[in-house]
Amino acid sequence: MTLEIFLQNVANGITLGSLYALLAIGYTMVYGILRLINFAHGEIFMISTYFAFYGIGIFTLPWQISFIMAIVLTALLGVVIERASYRPLRDAPRISALISAIGVSFLIANLGLVIFGGRPKTFYRPPLFQIPIQLGTIRVVALFFIIPILTLLLLVILNYIVYRTKIGLAMRAAQWDFDVAKLMGVDVDRAISVTFALGSALAAIGGIMWGLRFVEINPNMGLFPGLKCFIAAVFGGIGNIDGAVLGGFLLGFGEIMLVAFLPGLAGYRDAFAFVLLILTLLLRPTGLLGEKQRVRT
Amino acid sequence: MIGNRSNEFVRKAGPICVSLLVFYLFLFWAETGWDAYKVRILNLSAIYIGITLGLNLCNGFTGQFSLGIAGFMAVGAYTTALLTMSPATKSAVFFIDPLIWPLNSIQWGFLPALLMAALVSGFVGLLIGAPAIRFRDDYLGITTLGFAEIIRVIFTNTRTITNGALGLKGIPPHTNLYWSWSFALICVFVMIRLTNSSYGRALRAIRDDEIAAEAMGVNLFYHKCLSFVISAMMAGVGGGLLGSLITTIDPNMFRFPLTFTVLMMAVLGGLGSITGSVIAATLVTVAMEVLRVLEEPRVILGIFLPGIPGMRMVVFSVALMLVILFYPKGFMGDRELGLKSIRAFAARFRRTFLHKQV
Repeated sequence: MTLEIFLQNVANGITLGSLYALLAIGYTMVYGILRLINFAHGEIFMISTYFAFYGIGIFTLPWQISFIMAIVLTALLGVVIERASYRPLRDAPRISALISAIGVSFLIANLGLVIFGGRPKTFYRPPLFQIPIQLGTIRVVALFFIIPILTLLLLVILNYIVYRTKIGLAMRAAQWDFDVAKLMGVDVDRAISVTFALGSALAAIGGIMWGLRFVEINPNMGLFPGLKCFIAAVFGGIGNIDGAVLGGFLLGFGEIMLVAFLPGLAGYRDAFAFVLLILTLLLRPTGLLGEKQRVRT
Repeated sequence: MIGNRSNEFVRKAGPICVSLLVFYLFLFWAETGWDAYKVRILNLSAIYIGITLGLNLCNGFTGQFSLGIAGFMAVGAYTTALLTMSPATKSAVFFIDPLIWPLNSIQWGFLPALLMAALVSGFVGLLIGAPAIRFRDDYLGITTLGFAEIIRVIFTNTRTITNGALGLKGIPPHTNLYWSWSFALICVFVMIRLTNSSYGRALRAIRDDEIAAEAMGVNLFYHKCLSFVISAMMAGVGGGLLGSLITTIDPNMFRFPLTFTVLMMAVLGGLGSITGSVIAATLVTVAMEVLRVLEEPRVILGIFLPGIPGMRMVVFSVALMLVILFYPKGFMGDRELGLKSIRAFAARFRRTFLHKQV
């Protein structure tokens, strides 16, 4: 392997890892509060790319406005999904909520198939992200820098919201102990809505970046990146935002490097994440940065 | 004394034998007289009944939320297909990478192949269940889903055994109504016997409260593994029958949507109800075909309605959402529909309605 190819793989790994990180944050935040795998998160991610796509394609908006609209609409969609399908089941057995989550995920994926059609669409790429940059011997486009920098920036903003604002305090309180937070006068419902809005907005940013990076979008693209990012969240320590970013990053990087160094295993790439999940759960169930899980009764 | 017992046996088994006889006569009539499309739907219903019961045993009766059914179905389908295909067909199908030695020269009958499928998928179930079973609820779900996905990826890559992504074609079409409905009936029988035994009570105790069950001396690991393995075996045989029914399989058939379909049947019927699973599996299988009208272009009252591909799954997803949100117990909850409950219902009906009129 030449140095150029290696560096190209590093760039690919960092980008994919950053995208996984953006999605994993949503999983970890929701799991932290509701103890629920938000199966629909992957579909939220999928829908966001279509919002951006149609914003540019049908409503002929400039891409900046279309992307912002897509992020806002996706955040709203996340809140609506929580209201409609998770909130009524909050006191039901956990399995019911999980089945509901799987149901919503399939509903959105199939609605996507019906509305958008099964044929993959080509995502519009604004020229800004395509500026070539010469780095020594390799050439990459600006997108490869924008994605990781944006991810880090968003992580900083998110950390500010969670640790420095009042609503962040409410979110942390709800995560710590749902019922006690309620007794202390925390508006838990609002905290959960904000959690879903933030997570979905990040998924939308991830989705748009995904579209810019991989160009092709289709209605079935949500499920597996979604599951992988949940695994990334578990790997990093579920409930921990920094952990999710670290886990997503390592998972994306690992996937690319696995294929780069062991091309014979390229066919097993999709199994890599699940093997990682099983090993994590067996060897270190709390993940890399996770604390001891408190069993909630 | 012996006379009494055999009398009782005749009294209990007599009606069952008679209804079985009638049922098989019906199957004979359907197999010979019905058109192929209807026979196929009947076959599919039976196969799905068996698989749904397997999923219900694990998810409903034991409360272990497993999402790995598609993986076990794949194992069973491939085992059956590889054992029943003739060596000539195999060498024609495996034209890129030849099949490895012992498999390429053997051809078994359908029954031994199905039994082997049960054994192999049961063994895989044990391999997966033993480490996975210590997780709970959603973690167990996503772990088993992961294992099923790993099985699929392995099958896509082991080209000398499974022919990779090309899949297998020309599987002998052994499955008919007798095979599929015998499988469904055996699954129902196993479920009834199992749930009414001490094992079944132990499984339900685990579902209701794991810690209390353990304190009462229920061996958690053993019983969870038992239900997981039996569930995997049912799925394996069901997968084998399915493969033989449609005569061609490939790894992408056994993705998560297949698990979703079976899970939907179990949830609609009621997690923890045998009759519920039977009813829901049949209804959903039939509805899958009936709702095809949604996807075909047609003219109603002079208005042309284009078909909407994918609409069926939207309808089913909505149905699942409505049931889980507003009627979380499904059709049957964890009750059973039997002579006893019909009599009780009739009595209640008489009390409430006929009494008032008098």
